Amino acid sequence: MTEPVIEAANVSKSFGSGPAWVQALKDINLTLNGGELTVLMGPSGSGKTTLLSILGCMLAPTVGTVRVCGASTSGARPEELAKIRRQHIGFVFQSYHLFSTLTAAENVRLALDVRGERGPKAMAKVEEILASVGLTSKMASFPRQLSGGEQQRVAIARAIVAEPSAILADEPTAALDAANGHATMVILSAIAKERGRAVLVVTHDPRLFGFADRIVHIEDGSLTREQSTDLRSN
Amino acid sequence: MSLVFTLALRNLFQDRLRFIASLMGIVFSVVLVMVQMGLYFGFSGMVTTMIDHTSTDLWIVSSGANYFEDLSLLNTGMRDRLLKIEGVSKVVPGVVGFSAWRLPDGAMTSVFVVGTDLTAGGLSPWNVVEGTAQSLTTPRTVVIDRSYSDRLGVSGVGATAQIRGQPVTVGAVTDGIRSFTTTPYVFSDVRDARAYTGLPASFTSHFLVRLKPEADIERTRQNILSNISGIQALTPDQFREQSRSFWLFRTGAGAALVAGALLGVIVGTVIVAQTLYSSTKDHLYEFATLRAMGASNSYIYQVIICQALVNAIIGFAIAALIGTAVVHFTAKSALQVVITPNLIIELFVLTIVMCIVSAFTAIFRVVRVDPVIVLTR
Repeated sequence: MTEPVIEAANVSKSFGSGPAWVQALKDINLTLNGGELTVLMGPSGSGKTTLLSILGCMLAPTVGTVRVCGASTSGARPEELAKIRRQHIGFVFQSYHLFSTLTAAENVRLALDVRGERGPKAMAKVEEILASVGLTSKMASFPRQLSGGEQQRVAIARAIVAEPSAILADEPTAALDAANGHATMVILSAIAKERGRAVLVVTHDPRLFGFADRIVHIEDGSLTREQSTDLRSN
Repeated sequence: MSLVFTLALRNLFQDRLRFIASLMGIVFSVVLVMVQMGLYFGFSGMVTTMIDHTSTDLWIVSSGANYFEDLSLLNTGMRDRLLKIEGVSKVVPGVVGFSAWRLPDGAMTSVFVVGTDLTAGGLSPWNVVEGTAQSLTTPRTVVIDRSYSDRLGVSGVGATAQIRGQPVTVGAVTDGIRSFTTTPYVFSDVRDARAYTGLPASFTSHFLVRLKPEADIERTRQNILSNISGIQALTPDQFREQSRSFWLFRTGAGAALVAGALLGVIVGTVIVAQTLYSSTKDHLYEFATLRAMGASNSYIYQVIICQALVNAIIGFAIAALIGTAVVHFTAKSALQVVITPNLIIELFVLTIVMCIVSAFTAIFRVVRVDPVIVLTR
């Protein structure tokens, strides 16, 4: 394991006010380390997505602090949070969220484009990363011409092409069959192990446990249990 | 190259029907503005066509006359008083006025007679395409514009008709001397013009005053006004401005044209805004994904503004082609649509501004997009 990439300390999050007040997260303490694949597990409505949004700097906590690569995000304006995401975080979504009008290569290149990386070097990176997920032959294909598994691999390539410190994956296998789900997890696991990135996978699929270094359980907005690989193997 | 342009272009072309609707809105808007402004320029040019084609330093007209065709009666004796004013070199009286033209079939139509004194250097026809202007030195000869041939029932040089019961022969034909009042101009010798308009010898319609080379035009003008009452002494520029101001603003004609142009801008802006907004709404998850990926606001604005600019450029190009066709087809009409290079440039800038303003609604929508929505779908 390497240094902490994302640290959440005493994070709570509530929404609404008065009778509509809801506490989504309660006093969460969680650290995502480089080279480690963490699985966040919990039933629907347990606060998984809210926690992912806060760790991914899309949402600010009501209480507590989030540090990304050592820098606190407290008080950051939306544009500053966007910059943190751009520099340090890659996302993989359940519904892929690929741009339907762009080819696979262009979808991946977009992650570099928003960072201002253009030209032949960017194109070479795109080709390399698509090759690493086995999609060299699909570079010019549009999302509608790709299978679900291939689309998710494009989404993963997009998330990692800019070499962010952390990859946050929201139910990455939920829309895939078992084989494609397995293939996706193999790639995400390799990103953690071979590239030294912090990978967080939100899921309620127990078949993914085998890829995890750590499994964190969340229920009613609180982290209830944490299992390490060693404990799991026991 | 940035993907901004690619993304904008493909977003636009994805829904071709909507893109075409948007283009039609822009084309309609730009053509409307172009035609309205072209009519404005054409109209303002026609209003002053006689002033534009007369060589003089000052126009002397009655105090109530607002434009060239307006009723102006001046005492003929005023000519001697004008000649005595310091700086005045030459004074040429002019006779103009409405009269009745009798067609060969006996029907009557009104014409505007312009008295010409070729020897003294008064008003004279230009763009003569058949015969010569010199034919006006022959009594009872007139010069007409070919655009009015049918209306006047004459085929060309040698044709005959009657003005106020007096026989006339067409001595020459011009091209492009059209009146904004739609009443045809008919040039005749100044002496004949008196007979055609019924103006007594003691009156004249206007005087054209030419100054000595060393004379100061403004000082001479003020001298004329202080010595002679009940008149206006106007430089050609002043007379032009007064004529335009009267017809375009005091009659409301110009206001109607400007209002039409404004309507075009509003319609175009609304249509493009609606289209961009609906396109943005359709791609909301993509914009939210861009935000989740950390794209800056300016990057997202660029995509939307780029869409607006593509709309503007393609829409303007089509509108410009239609505008060129309109200019071509109205070239020989009673009221020409005049589109100048400056107008084209101004309209292009207007189209760009219109489309960028239209993009604001889409931008406001995108600014409010919460990137978290990509996690909830």
